[in-house]
Amino acid sequence: MTSPQRILVIESSCDETAAAVIDENLEVLSSVVASQDELHQQFSGVVPEIASRAHVRHLLPVLSEALQRSQTKLEDLSAVAAMTQPGLVGSLLVGLTAAKTLAMVADIPLIAVNHIEAHLYACRMEAGRDIFPAIGLVVSGGHTNLYDCQSALSYELLGSTIDDAAGEAFDKVAALLGLGYPGGPYIQKVAETGDCKAFRFPRSFMHDDRLAFSFSGLKTAVRYTVLGQPGSQDPPPEMTPQRTADVAASFEEAVADVLIAKCQLALRKQNRSALCIGGGVAANQRFRTKLDELRRTGVDVHIAPMSLCTDNAAMGAIAWEHYREGRFADLDVDVVPGLVRAK
Amino acid sequence: MGTSNGQSWDVICSDLEATRLVAGLLAVVLKPGDVIGLDGELGAGKTHFVQAVAAQLGFDPAQVTSPTFTLIQEYATAPPICHLDAYRLHDSDEFLELGVDELLGGDVVCLIEWASRVADVLPKDYLQLNFETLSESSRRISFVSNGPRSQKLLDNVRAAYSRQ
Repeated sequence: MTSPQRILVIESSCDETAAAVIDENLEVLSSVVASQDELHQQFSGVVPEIASRAHVRHLLPVLSEALQRSQTKLEDLSAVAAMTQPGLVGSLLVGLTAAKTLAMVADIPLIAVNHIEAHLYACRMEAGRDIFPAIGLVVSGGHTNLYDCQSALSYELLGSTIDDAAGEAFDKVAALLGLGYPGGPYIQKVAETGDCKAFRFPRSFMHDDRLAFSFSGLKTAVRYTVLGQPGSQDPPPEMTPQRTADVAASFEEAVADVLIAKCQLALRKQNRSALCIGGGVAANQRFRTKLDELRRTGVDVHIAPMSLCTDNAAMGAIAWEHYREGRFADLDVDVVPGLVRAK
Repeated sequence: MGTSNGQSWDVICSDLEATRLVAGLLAVVLKPGDVIGLDGELGAGKTHFVQAVAAQLGFDPAQVTSPTFTLIQEYATAPPICHLDAYRLHDSDEFLELGVDELLGGDVVCLIEWASRVADVLPKDYLQLNFETLSESSRRISFVSNGPRSQKLLDNVRAAYSRQ
């Protein structure tokens, strides 16, 4: 075979239905996400739907689009991969069942990919070289997890949030400020003209030796700043555009400070010099600026490219690591929703 | 919110410790099949209350996180807890499409944040808890029953609370 080998990846772990074709050099030949604007008409709406029924409806058009755009025929594929964890059981099953079917029909290996590991692998794709071992932070609407990444396929969870995820705090603060959804881009825009030192919001656990996050108190503190102290006789403060901007900027500053502090702590504890950041909050400019500062202190910082920060299938390029190690899944492999937590 | 023919009982928790106490009293009388709805503004303490229920049942509360994005989380307590969140759902249909009919009234206890958004598809006899922020630390929790089972839960918690 002269042209590079190709893998098809399917992602349906949460809201997005996505597929991508990636070659053995980790080049993304096509990447299709059902909710993206370009597919607006085809899918009659840009609002991501949560239900697995929506995945069923979107999956076949997304798959054929991904194959078509990359000019890939089923017989050109070396393997087919699906994200099997973590996520909603019904949603995961839709993608996995499609992948199993294709693997059986085309008689090619099936690969089971972990959605979180794929988020971190997006950094490896961007770097174009091996970046492991490293500390990994996946920070999104559903996750705020720190990992020790010994290699591209070996991840140990070091700590996570004990209440709200960082991205969830962005969404809820945006709602408090009367901004749109998802909150990240809206808060970032409003914060541009704000003073990040106007309000000193809580930075939970920041000076703590624990590798854990908490954003619930921050969310509540913002609420009191916006709507007034509970039980107070005073009328709530007027939310002028400047005050809104100051709240947004101060909130971003607090989140970014905590994330940076915990990355530093993890780097020190695990004696690592490289850091990779994935997930939707990695798109936040204030956080990225602070990561640049960290880079200047000598840390080998890798941030997932903007296009791979939100949920997508291209980050499933990690399937190539599985392929090279011969880590294939049996056709009876099940999803691991990861929502059942042991004592 | 609970339906109008239910009885209600209000308890004022002056701090987090008091909230944990009330949650603990509820936890010990929960049985598989019970459904608890939790409503209240952002930061009112809904997730915190569920953490305290799970903690009373021997579960690490740090593992109990907001299910706003994950939508459904299960904890291996006895009885098992299903922690759900309707905050980012558009309507009751989306809630049903998550497969919740297998959970509601099943072998697990369901604790549902923002339950009022999906009240029309909850089992009739669920216990509703409404959280109101009184000051930075204090909360009023209103228990509202909707039938004999939720009334029994309410009575048990109220009686145990009065003995404290």
